[in-house]
Formats: sequence, structure tokens, C-alpha cells
Amino acid sequence: MSALRRPVALGMPGRRADVGHAPGGPALAGGASSPLRGEETFPRAAKRELAKPQLRANLAHATSTIRAKRAAVVGEVPDWEALRDAGAAMKAEAMQRLPELLEELERAVTARGGVVHWARDADEANAIVADLVRATGAREVVKVKSMATQEIGLNEYLDEAGIEALETDLAELIVQLAGDTPSHILVPAIHRSRTEIREIFLEHMAGVDPELTDEPRLLAMAARAYLRERFLRAEVAVSGANFAIAETGTLAVVESEGNGRMCLTLPRTLITVMGIEKVLPRAQDLEVYLQLLPRSSTGERMNPYTSMWTGVTPGDGPQEFHLVLLDNGRTAALADEVGRAALHCIRCSACLNVCPVYERTGGHAYGSVYPGPIGAILTPLLTGAVDHDDPNSSLPYASTLCGACYDVCPVKIDIPSILVHLRTRGVDAGRGGVPAPEAVAMKAAGVVMGSPTAFRAAEAASRAVRVLARDGAVSRLPWPGSLWTASRDLPAPPKEPFRAWWARERGASAAEGGK
Amino acid sequence: MRIALMATCLADAMFPSVARATVTVLERLGHEVVFPPGQTCCGQMHVNTGYAREALPLVAHHVDVFEEALTSCDAVVAPSGSCVGSVRHQHATVADGAGRHALAGRATAVAARTYELSELLVDVLGVTDVGAYYPHRVTYHPTCHSLRLLRVGDKPLQLLRAVAGLDLVELPGAEECCGFGGTFAMKNSGTSSAMLEDKMRHIRETGAERCTAGDASCLMHIDGGLRRAARETVRVAGDGAGHGAPRTVHLAEILASTRAGVFA
Ligand code: SF4
Repeated sequence: MSALRRPVALGMPGRRADVGHAPGGPALAGGASSPLRGEETFPRAAKRELAKPQLRANLAHATSTIRAKRAAVVGEVPDWEALRDAGAAMKAEAMQRLPELLEELERAVTARGGVVHWARDADEANAIVADLVRATGAREVVKVKSMATQEIGLNEYLDEAGIEALETDLAELIVQLAGDTPSHILVPAIHRSRTEIREIFLEHMAGVDPELTDEPRLLAMAARAYLRERFLRAEVAVSGANFAIAETGTLAVVESEGNGRMCLTLPRTLITVMGIEKVLPRAQDLEVYLQLLPRSSTGERMNPYTSMWTGVTPGDGPQEFHLVLLDNGRTAALADEVGRAALHCIRCSACLNVCPVYERTGGHAYGSVYPGPIGAILTPLLTGAVDHDDPNSSLPYASTLCGACYDVCPVKIDIPSILVHLRTRGVDAGRGGVPAPEAVAMKAAGVVMGSPTAFRAAEAASRAVRVLARDGAVSRLPWPGSLWTASRDLPAPPKEPFRAWWARERGASAAEGGK
Repeated sequence: MRIALMATCLADAMFPSVARATVTVLERLGHEVVFPPGQTCCGQMHVNTGYAREALPLVAHHVDVFEEALTSCDAVVAPSGSCVGSVRHQHATVADGAGRHALAGRATAVAARTYELSELLVDVLGVTDVGAYYPHRVTYHPTCHSLRLLRVGDKPLQLLRAVAGLDLVELPGAEECCGFGGTFAMKNSGTSSAMLEDKMRHIRETGAERCTAGDASCLMHIDGGLRRAARETVRVAGDGAGHGAPRTVHLAEILASTRAGVFA
């Protein structure tokens, strides 16, 4: 057992006082200024993003291209549905056996010369990584694209500690150079056009050819030249992990550009930060996920680079390997019977690419490093947002429940049902105080619709709206009706509701359904 | 067959012709339709907005009414994919969530005999040609809950293809949501409108006179946008400019139309 190991229950070790937590429950993620929480509610942020025509054009183009690619390569797999079922079942098993699997993983990694660290939250994980880098004497690290390190704000933390973290994934590099934030899990610069990328390189990339055009190949070559030198001199690399195998202690990173392979093999020290939900029981389980992931994410039959490593191999690759196991709200999510399936996510981003809301607003509207449908459930689960004032509590409403995400999810996460569940959780948490206007309206509607007599009366009363109508429609209503009529007419209520027509035409005996 | 009509609260109160059209089609095919007058609302809006507690009495009421109806009827039909979706996929969950397991069992039994109109016609009654006549160019929007919750597949299209005089044109991006989403249209009004804009653009691209669907709620949204757009055109370009702009019509209304007259 490593010296850094703390006693662990399912809920991870006891928490520090300054970390948010559900009363009596496990620690939650996302304090103030966390990469898991924006400053505005979704509707507010979306309004700002919707007003950017270039952004909408970039997103519409990029998501429709990748949707078509995915659909084509998924369509050619005859047992796709069986693969999805298997992917879902194995994740469910892993979540059920999580404490046991994590300890098995720790034993296997340690036996092969790695060191395992446990972090309850972002602060602990960041401190562990910074200490490890400092101990090597290095002032810079190269990074493989990783959602876990984004989630904890590692780059910013290292920066404050005087350590420069360089992102080596092309899109991530673009975002980093521009001082921007990612807007997509897999394609972090999806909101940028080629022309914008060229401008970013010219402005921020040291030593770039001033004649650079916006031809994709030339842009990639420029980044390649810039990165190559950094790979060769790096002493420390920081990565995430797509999968970890408990029985063998093997870690896996799946990528397209080869930058990951560079980071995972060249530097002397490798530090991997991994959410605890990434563990799988058996090496054989990978056969399912390595089929599901590339087809769902980039729309490729197979990704160009899959790197796997187990502890340390003397004389080959990194000679020092650290694995940081991160909770940061995950055990809190696990405690939610319905919501826990969100932890099955393999970060393929297929749900983002099919989401009509994401396509219009982009990733920044979600205020979290996890955007789109998965972000709308995962972010509130990790941060425990139920309070009305928390911007994250608006996320479960950022969906029409159209179900497109559920259809494409390679591990069959029923995102619409979890969205509804989180809405209910929020509403129920808000009960007891002064009810919001919506709660009053819902209660009233429940009473009216619960009785045919009251319903008939309400139908009659609604006919009053007819006086506002012109040509059979109402085009302007006071708030909250204005939220509808801002862009849509509302039909005027009919002269006669159906039930009145039925009673008149078919008479009382027919209305009773008797004959 | 004796069929109980679940009119849906929206059609009952706002779009009675959709419910009347459903009656017309089924009676024309020789079936008997009854309207259980105790019915109100399936509670879908409450559930989807997070008010499961307020939805519970509505679910219980719905089960009472239609369980009773099913003692003398063979099936329940509703001209709405999303309301049937709620009956089939939410009612038992809401009851179970409140610890009302017996109610959940009864809800499941009612749901098993509840059908969306195209399901009833094609799967249960085995007809695709209902003897309709509708001489218009029409495009079909599949609506998310019919498509992905009920999986009605091409049943509505089979019905439309059999309508005499109807020129069916494919809608680009058909499977994409129109942006309605119940209270989403209000809570996220801006995003909803952006989705609606694209849906309307696709409808116009088809050159269709009418956009049809199996859900009055989505159609209310789309038609609201189309009407507004036509009104704007008239305001900018003068009277008559909005002429020929597409409008919406419910699938049941098309199926109820005959050579004797368009149903309305
Ligand atoms: S929720 Fe499913 S579709 Fe979305 S990113 Fe995760 S695995 Fe992919």
C-alpha cells in the first residue's frame, strides 16, 4: 500500500471542511470558480451564444459532418446493439464493484512499479500532481488531452505553481494558445473556423511561418513543428486515461494524432489523473469498448493510436509512473440510483454531435468542461446542484427530451430519463420554502387537470383569450406567455372543446360510453 | 372493435378537430368509438418539468378512467405520440417512485393496450389505406416521441402514401427536434426558437403546402412559427405576400379527409 494511500470507503476518505458536500454524504465537486460551474444559468449563457452567427455556422457544419461519419461506420457493424448492451452491462458491473476493483487496480499498479495516489477532490489532485512535478525539478510538462485534468483545472493550478503545462492535442493546443476554453469533449476547438485558427497561430505560436495559410495540412504541420521540440525535451508528461484494467493494472489512452504516444513514451516521468469510474474488471472488456469508442467519437472504424502501459518497464518508456485516482463528486453521483448511469460515460461525445440544443448554443453555454447532453446530467451530479441559485441547476432543463442522445450513446445511458430525474430532484429540494411562480402554476394545473369538472371550467375560462386573437391567433401575451409569443403565435382557443362537441353530437348516453 | 378515445388535454381544449378526426377515421373503418368523459390529462408536462408529485394524482386518475373503459373496450387510442409515450414510459415509473406499486401494475396494464393512432391503424387494425383523399403536397415531421420513444417507424408514412391525391415529399433533417419540448419552449425560449427556425426553413425547402405530424403539440409550435413568419412577410411586403406559406395539419385530419371534403 502506498504511503499516500488513505483509508477508503465507497465514499472515499473523510472530507476536508472546505469542500462542498451533501449532508452526511460523499464529497461533491465544484466550489467557486470551478471548471464545472459557469457564472450564468444556461438560458442566459445560451442567449449570448445564440447571437454569434459564425459560431452557429461552425457548429452546424462540424456536427453534421461528424454525425454522418458516425452513422456510416455504426451502420456497418451487424452486432452494434449487442455491443452497446455489453458496454452498458460491463460498466454497470464495474460501478457495482467499484471499491473492490479500485483496490485491485492499486495492488496491480503497485506490483508493477507504479505509485497510486487517491484524491477526494480537485484541490487534492492538483496538489498531488504539483508536488510530483516539483520533485522531478521540471518546470514544464507536456499533456495528453484529458477531461479529468480539465475538470480539476490542473493547468491553471500548475501555472500558479510556476510550472508550464503544454497541451499537445492539436485542438486543445489551439484553445490553449487562444486563452480560450474548450467547447466540446473531443473537438475542443469545434467553435473555431480554419481562418480563426490561422490567426491564433500567427499571433501566439512562437517561430511560426508568417506566410501560413489556412490550409488544414499546413496548420497541422505548423503545430507539429512547434510540438516536436517540446516532446523531445519534456521530462514529465501528464495524461488522463480512457480505461484502467483492475486485474492487470494496465492503463489505456485512445487517440488520433500520436501526440499521446509521444507523451506516454518519451518523458522520464508519467503522471496519470483518472476518474475512479474508468476502471474495468478485465483486460478482455476492452474488446467491446475499443469497438464502441472510435466509431462513436470520430466516426472511424479504429483510432490511429491506442497506447497501453502497465506500471514501469525498466529501460523502456517512463521510469517513474504515478496514478492519481480522482473522486471529485463521483461517489456522490454513484449514490444517486438513477443518476449513477452517467458514470458509465466513455466520453465519446456522440451525444453532443446529435444534440439539437448543443448544435445551436455550443459548449460554452453549459458553463462546465462537460457540455451537451452528458454535461447536462454529469455536471449537476458531480456538483450536487439542487439550489435554485446555482447556475448548474438550470442544466437539466437544457433539453427538449428529444432522445437523440440516448439513441447514439454507445453505453446506452438513458440521458432523457436522468434529465427528468434531476429536474424532479431540483423541484423536490425546493419544496417547503416560498414556492416559485412555476411551482404554483404546476400545482394549480395538477388540481384542474385532476378533475373533469374543473378541467371543463378551465376550458371555458380559457376561451377568454379569444378576445386577444386576430385571424385565429394570439401574437402577443404578457409574461410568461411572452416567452412563447416572442417568436411564435399561439392559436386562439376553439369555440367549442372536443368534449362539448361529443356531448352535443353523441348525447349523454354516448358520452358515458354505454350502449 | 370498440375503442376508447384518449383525446389528450391539448386536443380537447385547443385542437378539437384532431380528436374529431380520429373519431371520424375509426368510425369510417367500421369501429365503435367511445369517449370516457372522466378523462383529463396524462400528466406528461408535470413529469417532464420535474413535478412528479403533482403528476401522481393525474396518473392515478388516468388509470382509473381507462381501466374502467377497457372493461368494455378492446383498446385505447390517442392522436399523440408523446401522450402515449407518457402513458407507456412514465406512468408506472411515477407510481413506483411514490411507492404505489399496485397502481404501477395497473398503469402498466392500461399502457399495454394504449396505442398512438398510426400504431392502432397499422399494427392492431392492419390497415394502411383508410380511404382518405387529400389533394395537397405534404411533408411529414416524425416528432421525437413517436420516433424515438414509441418507435412508430414508417407507419405514418405508410398511411400517408395510401392517401389518394396526396403528394408526399421528404423533409430534410426530418428526425431533428422542432424545438418544442414542452416547458422547454418557455424556459429556453431562445434556443427553442433557433431550432424552430431551422425546422421551418426545411419545411419551406420542400415546397409543401402542409407539414403533418402525429402530435398536436409539436404542430402547435411549428404552426405558431409559420404563422408568425407569414404575418411578418405581410407586414414587410404587404397583403397577399404571405399567400402560399405552408401551414400544419394533423395526421388524423388528413386521414379523415375524403373526396366529399377536407376535414376541418
Ligand atoms: S453519454 Fe454516451 S454518447 Fe455521450 S459522451 Fe458519454 S458515452 Fe458518449
